[in-house]
Amino acid sequence: MEVKVRPFDCWNDFKNYRMNYYREYLEAKDKGGIRWAGSAWAFDPVPQGLGEDVYPLTGEPYGATAAFFKDFSMRALETIERKGAARDLCGYMRNYWGSVAMDKYLLADGSIIEPFPKPDFNFTIHICCSHAKWYHYAAELEGGVPTYAVDISVGPGYTLDEKKIEYVVRQLEDSITWMEKITGREYDDELLIKAVENEAKSMTLWAKICKLNQAKPAPMEEKSMFSFYVLTLIRRSDERVVKLYEQLYKEVESRVKREIGALNYEQFRFVTDNPPPWPFLKVYRYLEQNYGAVSVGSIYTFGLGAAWLGMDEKGENWIWEPAQTPEEAGFEIHDRRSALWWTALFNLKYRASWQHEYSHWVRKQETYQMVKDWNTDAIIMHLNRGCELWNMSTLEVRDYLVGKGIPVATYEGNMADPREFDEARTFNVIDSFMQSLGIEKLS
Amino acid sequence: MVTVDELPEMKRFIEWFENRHEYAKRWDERTGGRVVGYFCTYMPEEIMYAAGILPVRILGSHEPESITRPYLHDMYCPFCHDTLAQALQGRYDYLNGVTIAQSCLHMRQSYFSFADRVENIEWSYYLPFPHGVNNPHAADFAKHEFEKFKKSVEEWTGKEISNSSLDNAIEVYNKNRELLTRMFELRKAEEPFITGLHAMYIVVSSQVVDKAEHNEVLESFLEKVENGEVENDREIGTRLMLIGSEDYDAELFRLIEYGMSYPATFVFEENCTGSRYFWGLVKEDGDRVMALAKRYVYRVPCPAKDWARGEFFGRRRFQFIEDVIKDWNIEAVIIAQMKFCDPHELDVPSLREMLDKMGVRHLHLELDLTQPVGQFRTRVEAMIEAMGEEDLFI
Repeated sequence: MEVKVRPFDCWNDFKNYRMNYYREYLEAKDKGGIRWAGSAWAFDPVPQGLGEDVYPLTGEPYGATAAFFKDFSMRALETIERKGAARDLCGYMRNYWGSVAMDKYLLADGSIIEPFPKPDFNFTIHICCSHAKWYHYAAELEGGVPTYAVDISVGPGYTLDEKKIEYVVRQLEDSITWMEKITGREYDDELLIKAVENEAKSMTLWAKICKLNQAKPAPMEEKSMFSFYVLTLIRRSDERVVKLYEQLYKEVESRVKREIGALNYEQFRFVTDNPPPWPFLKVYRYLEQNYGAVSVGSIYTFGLGAAWLGMDEKGENWIWEPAQTPEEAGFEIHDRRSALWWTALFNLKYRASWQHEYSHWVRKQETYQMVKDWNTDAIIMHLNRGCELWNMSTLEVRDYLVGKGIPVATYEGNMADPREFDEARTFNVIDSFMQSLGIEKLS
Repeated sequence: MVTVDELPEMKRFIEWFENRHEYAKRWDERTGGRVVGYFCTYMPEEIMYAAGILPVRILGSHEPESITRPYLHDMYCPFCHDTLAQALQGRYDYLNGVTIAQSCLHMRQSYFSFADRVENIEWSYYLPFPHGVNNPHAADFAKHEFEKFKKSVEEWTGKEISNSSLDNAIEVYNKNRELLTRMFELRKAEEPFITGLHAMYIVVSSQVVDKAEHNEVLESFLEKVENGEVENDREIGTRLMLIGSEDYDAELFRLIEYGMSYPATFVFEENCTGSRYFWGLVKEDGDRVMALAKRYVYRVPCPAKDWARGEFFGRRRFQFIEDVIKDWNIEAVIIAQMKFCDPHELDVPSLREMLDKMGVRHLHLELDLTQPVGQFRTRVEAMIEAMGEEDLFI
């Protein structure tokens, strides 16, 4: 169908935030601020209690940015491989390590700065095999940067109990004592409380925005969503991020009402599953331009930084409904412990992408329900050699969806290693898949 | 005098190892009990044993296979492919249950597929064992999860696990750990009788048979070795340490200890088919489940769980390796890393650096389902030859 399209009014605001984010981290020390580095899944509100001049650098988005700039990425990857890092390790991590090892820092526009701005400390979580060890080795490369990792591997949200939350909360309490010691700063619980509230707002707002994409025509296509979702991963506890998501929500809501779509011609809707091959985002454009095919989202783009209800209490069905903020849930955050309790509970229970690490049944339900709820025709899965975490259960999910009569295509690649992607072959896979479904190329 | 290979006990270990499925089936028939397969050595086997269950470690067969690709990604390690291949070929159809103590991602995926696809599985349990074993709250959390695991076992078997049966299980398992440690201690000798191949058979057989039975045979074996009833028929040569994971491919040990131009002997294996499995006892505590939790949390960690945490900026496993190198008089280290094993790969650059600083020669071999014997032989021989290069110029 023919669709009205128009650029997003808030597009540049999101782009600018991301650009400034990397620059703020870089320049933090000039103003006496604090720099910390860690996974995009780290409990980002916690270091915020150290002051209003605390700037994070989250590793996965940084790795994706590096991968997008292929020349930089190749040099980073080869530098770290020469130090003995295996080529099959996490692609984001290798780009990050390589960057540290080269002592070169990349800004969002591709500018390269020397030296790599060393963090005051590393603060991360550990759920896959890499996270804590990523920052442990990075700290060694950086000459011994203090490092703290929180173990969050307590099982899926629907099995959550007080002991599990307590385990994470205790580690977070310890981390605050440790941060005070290594930075020499007094911790401000009010700043923590504010950051925790902002985190919940950002994550639920992003979920609500994703939900709007169920509309036909889809108001957003996934390639553009990559520029939106990333703020939940770089600094979700920042009030400016909340404001940007509020702005985006209103705009997407208005687009839905006015039937403004992402593509001029939407003839095919699909979802994806894994991080995309960042150096080859043209895959999305190829699908759009040749087939009027719009990717309306993925368990990655929706699940990584948004808060969803997830599995029901019996662990049987997945519910793609936004989770509640503390205010909506009637949870009073009044001191450090209640703030830490909330952020632990909220992330462990509602962060969609943490749920399927413990069960491929969860991943199957999560993916199946997305295909249904977002009214899609198919799923195109990226067998991503760059992330063993996101690849867990993918083939079982494929098997399950095929059994349910859902068309599935797969292509192999790597989210963050340009050497592991066959462009022509991928386009061939897409063409064959579309032909098999009777989808004609646009004239 | 006989060699270790000629001892009936050694023959029994090998038979148990090679015919592990038949053993489990016979045990099942004999006792009417249940057999549960487990992934990963963080599993508190004592709880199952106390419930009258035979816990058996799920292992592969080191045979080429092409049947797991529809379920597991190619970039997942050969071990997880191999274990799932056994399931798909029906070799574990005798299992009544399967369980995993939260482990690396690859093993988890293999477990999920295994639990779904083995015919007779009536009970499966994913135990969220902590990853952060270097944090002070891990034991408390592990205890909580062990209690839930115990309850699930009780519900499934329909009988309560009494304190006395748990005490008995802990005693049997501790005894096995003590005996295995004693066996490793013997290898400190200048002329050890027990090779890496022997040790592998002994340790891995303990993972697949009734521990009480294993204890009897191992005790008798150790008495004979300690009483000087055995002799060596091979040269010890270079004293090697093996650092790795699931290293139970007899081919690898045969190649290095029995198939090279230069003599060499493994005197210690730091892996989960060696010392990491049994090192460290369950210490008596009024709270039995907590005692178990502490043992599993504070054992020598797998690289998947060993990372810096605040004040502790190190790896407990490296500290252990450093001690072993000194105490067992290690001359060179073979890092036998399972292809695609992220936790080990993540440690390798730092491990190599530590060994370099210690002045210990090392060689990194990447293991697959089957091994490139010729290539490995050349590489290990070259390492040993290089170690002797100073002698050449004296």
